[in-house]
Amino acid sequence: MPLKFFLPALLLTVILAFVSLFVGVRDVSPLDLFAGAADQRDLMVLVASRVPRTVALVLAGSGMAIAGTIMQMLARNRFVEPSTAGTVESAGLGMLTVLLIAPDMPVIAKMLVAAAFSMAGTALFLSILRAIPLRSILMVPLVGIMLGGMISAVTTFFAYRFDLLQSMGAWASGDFSVVLRGRYEILWVAFALTIAAYVAADRFTVAGMGEDFSSNLGLNYRKVMALGLVIVSMVTACVVVTAGVVPFLGLIVPNVVSMIMGDNLRRSLPWIGLCGAALVLVCDIIGRIINAPFEIPVGAVLGIVGSLFFLYLLIGRRNRVA
Amino acid sequence: MIEVSGVSKSYGKTLVVDGVTLSLPKGGLTSIIGPNGAGKSTLMSMIARLLPMDAGSVVVDGLDVTNVSGDVLARRLSILRQDNHLTARLTVTDLVTFGRYPYSKGRPTLEDRDHVERAIDYLGLADLRHRFLDELSGGQRQRAFVAMVLCQDTDYMLFDEPLNNLDISHSVSMMKLLRDSARDLGKTVVMVLHDINFASCYSDHIVVMRDGRLFLQGTPTDIVRQEILSEIYGTEFRVHELDGNRIATFY
Ligand SMILES: Nc1ncnc2c1ncn2[C@@H]1O[C@H](COP(=O)(O)OP(=O)(O)OP(=O)(O)O)[C@@H](O)[C@H]1O
Ligand SMILES: [Mg+2]
Repeated sequence: MPLKFFLPALLLTVILAFVSLFVGVRDVSPLDLFAGAADQRDLMVLVASRVPRTVALVLAGSGMAIAGTIMQMLARNRFVEPSTAGTVESAGLGMLTVLLIAPDMPVIAKMLVAAAFSMAGTALFLSILRAIPLRSILMVPLVGIMLGGMISAVTTFFAYRFDLLQSMGAWASGDFSVVLRGRYEILWVAFALTIAAYVAADRFTVAGMGEDFSSNLGLNYRKVMALGLVIVSMVTACVVVTAGVVPFLGLIVPNVVSMIMGDNLRRSLPWIGLCGAALVLVCDIIGRIINAPFEIPVGAVLGIVGSLFFLYLLIGRRNRVA
Repeated sequence: MIEVSGVSKSYGKTLVVDGVTLSLPKGGLTSIIGPNGAGKSTLMSMIARLLPMDAGSVVVDGLDVTNVSGDVLARRLSILRQDNHLTARLTVTDLVTFGRYPYSKGRPTLEDRDHVERAIDYLGLADLRHRFLDELSGGQRQRAFVAMVLCQDTDYMLFDEPLNNLDISHSVSMMKLLRDSARDLGKTVVMVLHDINFASCYSDHIVVMRDGRLFLQGTPTDIVRQEILSEIYGTEFRVHELDGNRIATFY
């Protein structure tokens, strides 16, 4: 990986993170801060809300982008990502289950329940794919979206019956304005998992070449599938529990990076993580300034950007090996 | 030595490989020939543990392929299948380097790099090495896959129709390359071929499959005969002796 490009990109992301710290309803000026002129309340806002929010954005952004990449390698399809494979919806069902049965669980336990559900949902998705003999490229995300639709229908049904539609609605569109100190730290688990993904990068690349190539190279395909499943589900669950659904990120970023530098994950994963973080930061900043003092949730901004990009992929890459 | 004993495979009710027993000696080049649907690819995939068998066993140098860890076998035996389609976008160098995965687990050493360079060189891919596989022609891609398998540097190398998509000059150099690695480096090369004349001129041993069964095996002199070929394929053949080789014509 050419370091001479990576470092500037890293710098740009850091600048974005910095900007993100100082955008918001309350004007906290960086100059005041460094001059020591910032008052106590500014500092409070910064420490309790702005810093957690920015950190959460970075962790969730890179986590979802990397989770998307791994899904694409496992499903061997460019169009899948946690929100087109039933993963996210299953995590939602898990959240609902927690709300119904044990609403006072600590965050980490909530995350684990959500992760267990999303693991089951994603495994179901992957086994459906295995069972479909002739899987055309577009069938795969369609199956995922249908599965996701079915799972969220179940969720909605029970949420409606138990009067929890409101609380379920809150996470349906990723929103980082709710992120406060003490309520986002679980995302460090997602970060640890993305590091694990990087360590295992070559395994995922080989798995992305398919089961036959993997066996030929002596890779235990099932084990790698299971590892990927755990990483994708846990990362998704962490993000869903803290901020809600961040859609399309796992689709846009891996595809753009792959077009430019290919799929050797050892090389591309750092870029994917970085671009994921940068893209969510940008979308979040846009969401905060476009309609200030009100906020548009980052999920909504990404939804728009993402659907356009999805269309572009469908139309623009029709005549390429997808 | 590869010992195949009583290997069978069926899909639903159709038996596609029917109790094949066969032993392939170490060293040399063996061709497997036979009509479409004879079960050649299925047999080869089972030998390389890509496909589970319904009955029988395959033992490679004393290792039972169904039990031995994939990792160990990957340093003994490699296979290139008939159709290869990658969704992952890799460059030629990336792909070939993954041939070293069984040894380096993705952290290629200098020695691994040497293997990669040699394989790229042997298959004339130097100018294409930074291209993505989806930007290559069919024959160029096929050469890249073969380079990857060569790079794996196993004692046993199985190729299912390695000449797919290759022009005549590349077919000849590929056959020479594989024969030389059998002769000079002591490798055991097994390949499925449709071109009888390549099989005749380059093989030490020819195995004929028909209807899922082992039909015949022997040296090119034993197999490349008018009446035998005509029976295998149900087509008229004429066999000529040319420069010490047996050449079949069938037009
Ligand atoms: N997945 C499958 N499901 C059902 N039948 C199959 C499957 N794979 C192969 N077959 C059948 O098994 C038989 C043997 O197939 P195989 O691919 O081994 O033939 P082959 O000798 O390699 O032929 P070719 O020369 O065309 O490559 C064929 O009749 C084929 O239709
Ligand atoms: Mg075949």
